[in-house]
Amino acid sequence: MNELSALPQHTTQMMLHTPFHSRVVEACEINEWSAWQGYTTPSSYTNVEFEYFAIRSNTGVFDLTPMTKYRITGADAEAYLDRLLTRNIAKLAVNRVAYIVMCNDAGDVIDDGTVFRLADNEFRLCTQERVLDWMMWSAAGFDVEVIDETADVAALAIQGPTSCRVLRNMGFAGMENLKPFGMQTFEFNGARIMISRTGYTGDLGYEAWMAPEQAESFWDALFEAGKLRGIRAFGSEALDIARIEAGYLAAGVDFVPAEQIVRNGRGRSPLELGLGWLVDFNKPVFSGRKALLKQKEYGPRYRFVKLSVEGNKPAEHSFIYCRGKAVGTVTSAGWCPTAKTNVALASLEMPYGRPGDELEAEIYYMRELHWTRLMAKCTIITKPVWEPARRLQTPAPDA
Amino acid sequence: MTDKKYDAIIIGAGHNGLICANYLAKSGKSVLVLEANATVGGAACTREFAPGFKVSAGAQWLYQLNPTIVSDLKLIAHGLVYAAQDLDSIALNPNGQQHISIHGSHASGGDLSEQDAHQFAALQGQLLRFVRVLDRVFNRRPPKLIESDWHDKLTLARLGIDMKMLGKEDMSEMLRVGLINIYDLLNEHLDNPLLKGALSLDAVLGSHMGPRSPNTVFTYLYRLLGQHYRFNGPALLKGGMGQLADVLLHSAQHQGVEVRTNSAVITINLNADSAKSVTLGNGDTIVANSIVSNADPKTTFTKLVGLRNIEAGFSRRVQVIRMNGNAAKLHLALEGLPDFTGLNAQQTGARLLIAPDMKYVERAFNHAKYGELSPAPAMDISIPTVHDGSLAPAGKHVLSATVQYAPYALKDGWTEAQKQLAQKVAIDTIAQYAPRIKEQIRAAEYLSPADLEQQFNTHGGHWHHGEISLDQVLMMRPTPGCTQYRTPVDNLYLCGAGAHPGGGLMGLAGKNAAEEILRG
Amino acid sequence: MKKYDAIVIGAGHNGLCNAAYLAKSGLDVLVLEKNSYIGGATVSRELHKDWTYSNCSYVCSLLRPEITRDLELPRHGLQVQPYGGGVTFCKNGDYFGNYDDHERQQREIARHSKRDANAYDRYAADVMKQTRLIRPFLMRTPPDPTSLKPRDLKELMHLAKAFGEMGEEGLADTLRFWTMSIGDFLDEYFETDVLKAHLAGSGIIGTALGVYSPGSAYVLLHHYMGDVDGTVGAWGFARGGMGAVSAALASSFQSFGGDIKCDAEVGQIMVKNGKTTGVALSNGDEYHADIVVSNLDPKRTFLNIMAESDLPADVVKKARNFKIRGSSGKLNIALDGMPTFEGIENGSILLKGDMHFSDSLERMERAYDDWKDETWSKDPYLDMLIPSQIDPTMAPPGKHMMTVFVQYAPPYIDGREWTDEERDQFGESVIQQIANHSPDFRDLILHCEVRTPRELENEVGLTEGNIFMGELTFDQLLFNRPFPGYAQYRGPVKGMYMCSSGTHPGGGVMAAPGANAAREILQDLRRPNIVPGAYADD
Repeated sequence: MNELSALPQHTTQMMLHTPFHSRVVEACEINEWSAWQGYTTPSSYTNVEFEYFAIRSNTGVFDLTPMTKYRITGADAEAYLDRLLTRNIAKLAVNRVAYIVMCNDAGDVIDDGTVFRLADNEFRLCTQERVLDWMMWSAAGFDVEVIDETADVAALAIQGPTSCRVLRNMGFAGMENLKPFGMQTFEFNGARIMISRTGYTGDLGYEAWMAPEQAESFWDALFEAGKLRGIRAFGSEALDIARIEAGYLAAGVDFVPAEQIVRNGRGRSPLELGLGWLVDFNKPVFSGRKALLKQKEYGPRYRFVKLSVEGNKPAEHSFIYCRGKAVGTVTSAGWCPTAKTNVALASLEMPYGRPGDELEAEIYYMRELHWTRLMAKCTIITKPVWEPARRLQTPAPDA
Repeated sequence: MTDKKYDAIIIGAGHNGLICANYLAKSGKSVLVLEANATVGGAACTREFAPGFKVSAGAQWLYQLNPTIVSDLKLIAHGLVYAAQDLDSIALNPNGQQHISIHGSHASGGDLSEQDAHQFAALQGQLLRFVRVLDRVFNRRPPKLIESDWHDKLTLARLGIDMKMLGKEDMSEMLRVGLINIYDLLNEHLDNPLLKGALSLDAVLGSHMGPRSPNTVFTYLYRLLGQHYRFNGPALLKGGMGQLADVLLHSAQHQGVEVRTNSAVITINLNADSAKSVTLGNGDTIVANSIVSNADPKTTFTKLVGLRNIEAGFSRRVQVIRMNGNAAKLHLALEGLPDFTGLNAQQTGARLLIAPDMKYVERAFNHAKYGELSPAPAMDISIPTVHDGSLAPAGKHVLSATVQYAPYALKDGWTEAQKQLAQKVAIDTIAQYAPRIKEQIRAAEYLSPADLEQQFNTHGGHWHHGEISLDQVLMMRPTPGCTQYRTPVDNLYLCGAGAHPGGGLMGLAGKNAAEEILRG
Repeated sequence: MKKYDAIVIGAGHNGLCNAAYLAKSGLDVLVLEKNSYIGGATVSRELHKDWTYSNCSYVCSLLRPEITRDLELPRHGLQVQPYGGGVTFCKNGDYFGNYDDHERQQREIARHSKRDANAYDRYAADVMKQTRLIRPFLMRTPPDPTSLKPRDLKELMHLAKAFGEMGEEGLADTLRFWTMSIGDFLDEYFETDVLKAHLAGSGIIGTALGVYSPGSAYVLLHHYMGDVDGTVGAWGFARGGMGAVSAALASSFQSFGGDIKCDAEVGQIMVKNGKTTGVALSNGDEYHADIVVSNLDPKRTFLNIMAESDLPADVVKKARNFKIRGSSGKLNIALDGMPTFEGIENGSILLKGDMHFSDSLERMERAYDDWKDETWSKDPYLDMLIPSQIDPTMAPPGKHMMTVFVQYAPPYIDGREWTDEERDQFGESVIQQIANHSPDFRDLILHCEVRTPRELENEVGLTEGNIFMGELTFDQLLFNRPFPGYAQYRGPVKGMYMCSSGTHPGGGVMAAPGANAAREILQDLRRPNIVPGAYADD
């Protein structure tokens, strides 16, 4: 009862606002909102395409506060994460970030995300899904504390070729020297702000993590600093185009989080999502190890592929055929405006998707209430269609 | 690090551990048994609890030791001697007369009607037919249902045939009553409240269930296995239950099993997914091809392996196993034979039950549900000295009783004051049937589930190393993903009561585990 | 005298559903009802002027959508709309609010425990797994596992296949779920008492089990396996009260030419040469038909309206042993206005759903202990709704109708009948519990109907007041319902059938027993099946 008043945005309010909300509302001129983890977030601010091109050509800003964030501390924090995640966390240095997945014992992916090593015994895990239950069960036997800090940390993604310059303009000196997957703490307004060189767009970009009180002034300073660099806020639709172009997965879209699965066999392992490189079998124990070892030996059930799709009609929700047989489905698809190509991410049954397999996507599209069915040839591609060099360059290009 | 590498190390010299060791050694394996306590036997032990007075400090009756094991391991030749066999169970009537005696499927005495006696015999007969089917399943590893191999398919096929062989009527009755409670079943067949009370106690002894809890027909069937094994009543061993430990030890050593006492295993050491060795309290590490834990599953994985060393989904399964004990032991050193109203001296040596009706037992259970002591507990009393003078000085007697219920998770905690209170309640309860007993008490000992946990190294002090409820039997025992005596850790096996089919000095868990280990 | 093709005894929802299918198939069908109104326990009654009471069943979810659609019940006047929300009030003044919106629900659970909030999603998925398994079997006749008939073997294979799809561990989890107590099940997910108490209600409603009785997790499933418009587990109100369901079924039945006679209590099913010939009413009138379908519970059917001499001995014994102990009572209350509840604003979604006052599993289990002791719970578990907030037909504008389901209430007090005084004391203990959390509640009461199992038995004809016409324990489910060997709706006498909630798949306003029984009757008559099967993959 008393805790009721302690939580300012409790249940009496249908949707929560992020600490940037006052600024987001101002910028969101077309009122295209969507709900994300209980927060009101813009699908688009003004024009999806222009927002997208801000990411690729200038600086795009995305409010990612609703991402789930956990703080992991304690003497066993590293050992705990090594058991929780498939990657080797002992190899992760302080002030470094890693892309990770966590699996259940069956080897199915519960979620993906990023882990930040803040100190020897202190980490932040940032995920799309909520996974506290699994993390707490996993914590038994470890000297570790896990805290959900989602509402305590405001975060912005600042992405695009001019993003480094914009941040330097804000006074964050030495920004250009921050390596990909590195992070650094800066002074801002007398408070400390953490900036990591990470992102979900496949381009040069950063993510800034701060206390909610700093949010509005940071936003203001950021947009002031980026005024002459084409800075622009972007919503979830533009982000989705960018991440598909970069070939990144989305939880709940490209795979079903394992702990939420109702139908047996609908989970996907890292090996079945093209994420085998995240699994370190040299570790003696991590959840999913036994099942994944077995899968490695006997072969996974599915193959996850990136497809270049003939023509320009997005292959959303398409079945994929191989010589007339349905062998899988598209999980994400779209036209890539920078690469000027049509791509899809798809999950195929083994053994399909081998070199030489002739794949076709069954695409339905409508023009003026007229539906057309199209069988579009697909080519498996191994690299993302958009992979600019600046993404990995240090010092970062200072455009 | 000792140099010798054993084929198998067995952690814990409880009866299942020794039986498992014995079978393995019989097949030519080199086996080392490591026991934390100074003596072997686990809950099958005889201990001096007051100067000159000895008692079976854990299990007090032998009533379902598997006969195949007795003959396979030549236990009679190794010295298994009974002090008494096929004892009656006497349901004590609070009125001091009209007690009812139960011998196998026959009940008599008191105000038991002829019809009830007849009905009881018929009911037991039918239930024993069900038990025969169960026994065939209990004698083998629990089958997997979907990932089943030929061995499992054979088990399932045999089960199916055995069920069909019961005939339509029996089969449908087994499918009907298998999952329900003893309260309704007994009410369907019998009228006499005292008889029903005593039988219902048999269905709930050692468990966290009352007569009205569904599942208790199954636990009753489980207990009836004893009768199927030709125990027409409980038995006592000469010198107490420690004798069973001695005999099993003797038999095992005869097969070449090495047994070390005072050798507590501190950790089971893994090399990635597989168990390699154990480390003792003194720092010694001993390697083996197979590590077999006779400890309960929670102790095995929480303390010995460490939850951090297994995958989290399985860790979650281990964490939710229900195994809080709910039975206490009371031991009394008596100046003379207690004078139970309405019983002669010979009858005093029978198994005496305080469970005047099913409601009494159910009400006793009510308190346990909330972590409270039962003010009027149900009891199963043994006075072994009637049959075995070696346990007490001449003319003196020992009373041992199982006190049901005494919840492990007592709300107020098992403080000394709570124990004193619990002991007083138990003695007061007996005194209602043997009024002069208080004057005869020279010494008393009360072992709460917390004490049993500590003495026998079993989590929760649970008899069966895990509740025998339908969600924790067969391929769910001890927990899914850890059946058939195997564990997610390669080369680590379970052979204790926490594994299929459960405890009760039956020995099948140890035997079946050995067969599974030998299967490789 | 006219001979019908079939006579259905009892115009409850299952009787009407059964009759509707038989009539739709072209049979000449008569439904006989002892009361002056139809519906059985699915009724809307005006017991206080201008108020509508759903005075037995009060919410709708289990009614099979295949039947609703097939018998065109909406066209016959049935409107079912979902409700959301719900709340459990705590002794300390706090509450747990169950929001219909996922994110608000998450935040509310997180207010009590962040871990529990996340665990809730896993819980919901795990319960859904079990729900998906059972739903397809609601519209099927259970196989006889002791039989070697091709049909039974085929159905057993079908079952085995469904179970097989769960995977080894998934199947083990299913077996665990079916045999566990709801309390133990919830303890595996949650740490917050009030959350567990809020969810556990579905594990005991209508059942003579406590939250820690093994088997109660299955009972939870029984309350989760329905849906409203495909939202599995959702519950709704029938507009105009539950009587709207039976009215629509009756109207559908009549549209196929069926006949309903009220005030026609059947005294005896007539049997001649091992076959049914019809029924005799208590007043001596006789109606003839080769097929007689009883919608009465198994005890009433075999012990009251059939002669022992007409039945095999085992059926009489099985009927005597059939467990049908009532466990609940009901209060129906006319209110002069909307009561206020501590800590929650009027108009909140929380008050529009199911409201409870038991904030821990221990309190619920203790309530069960009273029942075992053959008395009503002094601190009962309540499932309370005020449907007039959503359905304007239930009470005049500004006024409200409240329905309070009360658990536990035993069929007999210390082995004897309830007295009127005891009934009133029972009602008062319920009113007091509500008043403890709603200061103005007592003053708003205009009329209150209190029903114990005695009233349910006497008025509705539910033996011992058991709302499911037989307890939902494993000895009385699936191929054991009502008894082994008689679970395929056929009675022991040729031409005699059962279609009540006492048959598979059991109680609740589901209508599946009625439909399944019709399928079997049509098969015996060698008529084409017109009863629909279940929708796939929910």
